[in-house]
Amino acid sequence: MDGTFWETMGLTLLLAATTTALLLLIGVPLAYFLAFTRWRVKPVLETLVSMPLVLPPTVIGFYMLLAFSQESPIGAFLLAYFDIRLVFTFGGLVLGSILYSLPFMVQPLQSGFEHLPPNLAEASYTLGKSRWETLLRVLLPNIKPALLSGLVLSFAHTVGEFGVVLMIGGNIPGVTRVASIAIYDEVEALRYDNAREYAIALVGFSFLILLLVYVQNRRQHQRFGV
Amino acid sequence: MIQAFFHHPLHTANGKGYLDLRIEVGKGRLVAITGPSGSGKTTLLRMLAGVLHPRQGKIIHDGQIWLDTAQGIRRRPQDRQAGMVFQDYALFPNMSVHENLCFALSKADSPEIIGELIGMFELKELLGRFPRQLSGGQQQRVALARALVRRPSLLLLDEPLSALDPILRSRLQDYVLEVHRRYGLTTLLVSHDYQEIRKMADWMIRMDNGAIVEEGSPSTLLKLNGDGLSAIFHGLDKEGMALFSRDGKFFTLPASLVEIHRWQVGQEVLIRIEG
Repeated sequence: MDGTFWETMGLTLLLAATTTALLLLIGVPLAYFLAFTRWRVKPVLETLVSMPLVLPPTVIGFYMLLAFSQESPIGAFLLAYFDIRLVFTFGGLVLGSILYSLPFMVQPLQSGFEHLPPNLAEASYTLGKSRWETLLRVLLPNIKPALLSGLVLSFAHTVGEFGVVLMIGGNIPGVTRVASIAIYDEVEALRYDNAREYAIALVGFSFLILLLVYVQNRRQHQRFGV
Repeated sequence: MIQAFFHHPLHTANGKGYLDLRIEVGKGRLVAITGPSGSGKTTLLRMLAGVLHPRQGKIIHDGQIWLDTAQGIRRRPQDRQAGMVFQDYALFPNMSVHENLCFALSKADSPEIIGELIGMFELKELLGRFPRQLSGGQQQRVALARALVRRPSLLLLDEPLSALDPILRSRLQDYVLEVHRRYGLTTLLVSHDYQEIRKMADWMIRMDNGAIVEEGSPSTLLKLNGDGLSAIFHGLDKEGMALFSRDGKFFTLPASLVEIHRWQVGQEVLIRIEG
């Protein structure tokens, strides 16, 4: 395990952590909206959120590559006015990962909100609490298992992504080269020992993180019966 | 004094219909609301509390307009002085009893009320427990205490006593009566129990299909339990409830409570319930 290994693993975890944190900020309001809206467009939004589950990641990566390249109006605009480059950069990777892992955050949260007794929020309102305070103090604390699932699955899914990263990030060491790309790269160069290190690290990591979810959900179930 | 009228779609026992009613409750009264399931009792309470917005309606409470759809006025539940106890109590599972009570306290409120309610409802031993560790009666006491923390002037009780055994029920009725009197509340209580209504309410409303079909003092309406009430028997409705009319107004009673096997449809009968 040399410096490159640690650099790549560090970048992988940084990408996953950044993506997960941003997904939490986007996912909670989006899931809350989807769970409680009676708007007719809801199924369309739900479909859009779920698209990354069925689309090949390369499709998402491909469209993002087109959209953010300097030849496209969006990419040119971002570069000209904000000096933001999204293709082959870490920022682009984060954006791609957010899109790709969106359903893994939104779906557990939405289901958590929908399964709460509606009386909880109403009781909170009659006790004088705003929607915001109700969300923070009543709704979110009572969907902790869903929250944990969303966080862990988004994190793990980002660690495991390949297609999106390859399309829009490429393989720049220290910038966009994450563990899954490194494995592919090492195997192509017939450096199987290096590939094995990454592979073992990812298997161990995935096992631990899923174990954490199941143990925690079990504990939650015993404690609150929810 | 609360005056209100509502017009709102309602899923009744007979399919889609409307809740259409006008209600007036004097200050300090305890009014019982009864009627078959789907008649709109819970809907009525939810609209008064402000957690359900009627298509059309108006609520005036002690001279303040809480709702007037014609003028586009709609006070949020947070800004109405209404305490509500839900049928399933709606205690917050993530909070202890004490935290549930303190949650209702606003920054401006003095915390003394919490101590007062803990004493009144004998909650001292339960303060550290979580809702799932409480019996139905204990949950009910916590829910009632919690609804009073904000010192509401209107108390809405959605059949909170129905799940309890008779002895506990009687004790909790005493609690409700005590807070009703002590805080000078106007109280609306959904109940199916005639003994409970007779003991607690000074006015009674019977609802069916989203409308008020009968109202009066419980002693009059509940002659049922005493000398009996004469009415025309119309057989059973779709829900299997015995259907009657009296002075042109229809009402239903659980068929098991009355001696329908002795009556014929269209006959004037004397309804009497042993209670």
